[in-house]
Amino acid sequence: MPIQPFVDGFLVTLQLCVLAAIGALVLGALIAALRVSPIAPLRAVGTAYVTVFRNIPLTVVIFFAAFGLPELGMTHADFLKIPVLSEILTQLKMDVPFFRFAVIALVTYTAAFVCEAFRAGINAVSPGQAEAARSLGLTFTQNLRFVVFPQAWKYAIVPLGSVIIAMLKNSALAGALGGVSGDLFGTVDTLISSSTVESAATTLEAFIGVSIGYLIMTVPLGLFLDRVEKKRAMAR
Amino acid sequence: MPEPLIELNAVNKWFGSLHVLRDVNLTVDRGEVVVVIGPSGSGKSTLCRAVNRLETIDSGTIVFDGKPLPEEGRALARLRSEVGMVFQSFNLFAHLTILDNVTLGPIKVRGESKQAARERAMALLDRVGIGNQALKHPAQLSGGQQQRAAIARALAMQPKAMLFDEPTSALDPEMVGEVLDVMTSLAADGMTMIVVTHEMGFARHAARRVVFMADGELVEQASPAEFFGNPRSERARDFLSKVLQH
Repeated sequence: MPIQPFVDGFLVTLQLCVLAAIGALVLGALIAALRVSPIAPLRAVGTAYVTVFRNIPLTVVIFFAAFGLPELGMTHADFLKIPVLSEILTQLKMDVPFFRFAVIALVTYTAAFVCEAFRAGINAVSPGQAEAARSLGLTFTQNLRFVVFPQAWKYAIVPLGSVIIAMLKNSALAGALGGVSGDLFGTVDTLISSSTVESAATTLEAFIGVSIGYLIMTVPLGLFLDRVEKKRAMAR
Repeated sequence: MPEPLIELNAVNKWFGSLHVLRDVNLTVDRGEVVVVIGPSGSGKSTLCRAVNRLETIDSGTIVFDGKPLPEEGRALARLRSEVGMVFQSFNLFAHLTILDNVTLGPIKVRGESKQAARERAMALLDRVGIGNQALKHPAQLSGGQQQRAAIARALAMQPKAMLFDEPTSALDPEMVGEVLDVMTSLAADGMTMIVVTHEMGFARHAARRVVFMADGELVEQASPAEFFGNPRSERARDFLSKVLQH
């Protein structure tokens, strides 16, 4: 059985997930900031975002991104032609609309869960910390940036890791639904359709190979989180 | 007649159906040390926290340095930077060293250079007697040291007034003295202070005026000698008999 398709698929999934994870962490942090803001309308926006994206199936989000957005006239995802990002994508030979749509879908969906993990972290920081920062005259953003977030991420990192692991696995859905061509999960399809005689064995092998591919990404992440947790328990 | 720095007029606050501040009127002059005492739940902490709007009020006005307290936003942040606050539970930033705790405000709020902020911070830490702890984290310090660091942090903003919300209530008895010493020396230097405390000794020797609160009302205010020697209200006599008999 050829190994190359697995390697190719693995790399596509890895790239997809690294980009989506960065996007989801940034967007999730912003939404968490909205949700703890002293301004009620901003809080409402944050809450609405989480309510929507936490409560609709990922499948719907991916279909919407892949088939709904093009209908809105965004076939080539022109609105995503952000200078630096475009260069990175071209470099990765990933500058295809579907890859971008898959990133958008994973980012918007995962950001809701990232937000909740961050918010749990923020709530774990004693309210006296933010109060002391306010009493010094720090603005809301300074308070979050210099006092609350640096403490909150320590409480949030383990749940955040779980969210990212879930996202990694969710990315297979983007492959299965045609959101991305050639990701790790798509490898199954490639292999099976190209095989001729011994297809039964190949199917089994292909699925085992793909599973190993996902485990290579998720298990080290899980081990890393265990270590972080142990370290934190000792520091306490 | 000295111009008042802090003025509370007919201030009312409810927590749900609980009326925690009832028509409170209080004026604090520049350089004056006012000690607020009273039984638990009398509203004295709420009063203290209302002055820099950590607690909002439901009616009445609070004027600081000639201007009414602003609503949330930058103006409020500016006002808070001019009012030092010391909490019962210290609230030092747990992830920062003592030195960084003291310089955070001057650098981020006032835009001072790191160099200048650090020099003043070190001078302040020396003044409160913990200069040698500057590079430690709060959890490595004793309660008394933490509270002195918190006072230094508040002073680093060069505030016009200092609010103390039961600064010694969370301390082991042997550490109360070191914190009160710092506060006494501040008072002697002419800092305007509102101090909520159960330390009757401090009230006696450092206060210009003692304010007695009970059930959200400001029951009486007088000089320490007058208040402790000859309390006028029944509630104050009752309170004093309970705290002073041991």
